[in-house]
Amino acid sequence: MGLKDAGQYEKEQLRYAAWLHWSTLLGFLTLIGTFVAYVFGILPARIPLERLPQVWNLPADKYLEVTGMPKGWAWIGMLGSGDLASFLGIAILSGCSIFCILAVMPVYAKRRDWIYLVLCALEIVILVSAASGLLSGRH
Amino acid sequence: MSFSTFCRNGAGTDAFVMRCLPLPLLFFSHPAFAAGAAAGAGAWWVWPLALFVVCFFLGIVAVPAGVGGGVLFVPIVGSFFPFHLDFVRGAGLLVALASSLAAGPSLLKAGLANLRLAMPLAFGASVSAIGGAMLGLALPANVVQVALGLTILGIVVLMAVARKSEYPHVPASDPLSGMLGIHGIFRDAISGEDVNWQVHRTPLGMVLFLVIGFLGGLFGVGAGWANVPVLNLLMGVPLKVAAGTSSLILTTASSSATWYYLDNGAILPVIAVPSVIGMMIGARIGAHLLSVLNASVIRRMVIAMLFVSGVGALLKGLGIWA
Repeated sequence: MGLKDAGQYEKEQLRYAAWLHWSTLLGFLTLIGTFVAYVFGILPARIPLERLPQVWNLPADKYLEVTGMPKGWAWIGMLGSGDLASFLGIAILSGCSIFCILAVMPVYAKRRDWIYLVLCALEIVILVSAASGLLSGRH
Repeated sequence: MSFSTFCRNGAGTDAFVMRCLPLPLLFFSHPAFAAGAAAGAGAWWVWPLALFVVCFFLGIVAVPAGVGGGVLFVPIVGSFFPFHLDFVRGAGLLVALASSLAAGPSLLKAGLANLRLAMPLAFGASVSAIGGAMLGLALPANVVQVALGLTILGIVVLMAVARKSEYPHVPASDPLSGMLGIHGIFRDAISGEDVNWQVHRTPLGMVLFLVIGFLGGLFGVGAGWANVPVLNLLMGVPLKVAAGTSSLILTTASSSATWYYLDNGAILPVIAVPSVIGMMIGARIGAHLLSVLNASVIRRMVIAMLFVSGVGALLKGLGIWA
């Protein structure tokens, strides 16, 4: 099966696919690399691995309170810790859509496809708001 | 018997999968295992390893059963593993996100996922998914567990009764889809024919995607189980394009809810990462076994597994079963 979408929208679709491919690959490699460094002790963990069975049955807010793990984006400044470094891969995977949508916006702008350009802008606002912690009340 | 001979023997592979699949669940739900975990005893790596093994098997059956990994992951892991439901849902979202991201590029290139169709539906779903995530993390775990059990039982009914239409008949596109330019042509590899498609009932489809996104964010289950019927049966999208576009929608909808879970400390790498890796490897093997496994048998087995885990979640939420 090949892409035969009347040719009109092929460019945006292929550009989106390319960005999705490379950002996903980067996310997976980061996720696996940081996780291996974490569990094999190459990067020290803030919470000792042996202690995890005592806290992984707690609700998320209680877990943060008991362990003193950082909230929001505070982990970005502590990437030397194995358990927090693993968040980097998760953040890249969660951010793939943002990269892809930003990549196709110029195509819509050039075509003067205002509806989809606005749709993309709104989607970016939603995803960035979710990513920023704005919706968690911790901005 | 060599492995290749074994794989060529369809009936043998079916029987093997049918016998092996429940074993990890039986083992991990054994009272002695559960008691050790509850006391926090034992090596920390036992549960992540168990998670990897279970997700590997779930990945194998998810492909032939035609469901996403998330919908199997959350009720099963939530019922049989000692992790809090917050972390299970966070990991479930990541499993759904990772699976859809991995499939996305090839689906787009093949014309099986349509960006123009996905974009407006994904926007609604990603907004409501955040709402679902907010509510899910605010409600007590037992309330979410009961609601999850009921939802999973609803999915069982949907999977059991929903029909599919390879090429639904759409006499005319609706004004909204016409304005958005949602239509396409794809070449069916089996028939070799170009198939023109257009959609109808777009406003109702958008409303339903709001509901689906909300449930996905609330329970962390992904939403392929609902996306495909809405796209295919309601909006008239050809089945293959519906399945591919559903995956593309999930890349955005799951992403917004995942951010919220991550921001609120509800993602534990030691739970999420083995799940994602196990599911991805299993799904690759499941895709290879697609031609030798009896998909309808696997689908019935998955429905039975969902039923058991749905009842388990319900009983756990009601405090009848710990």
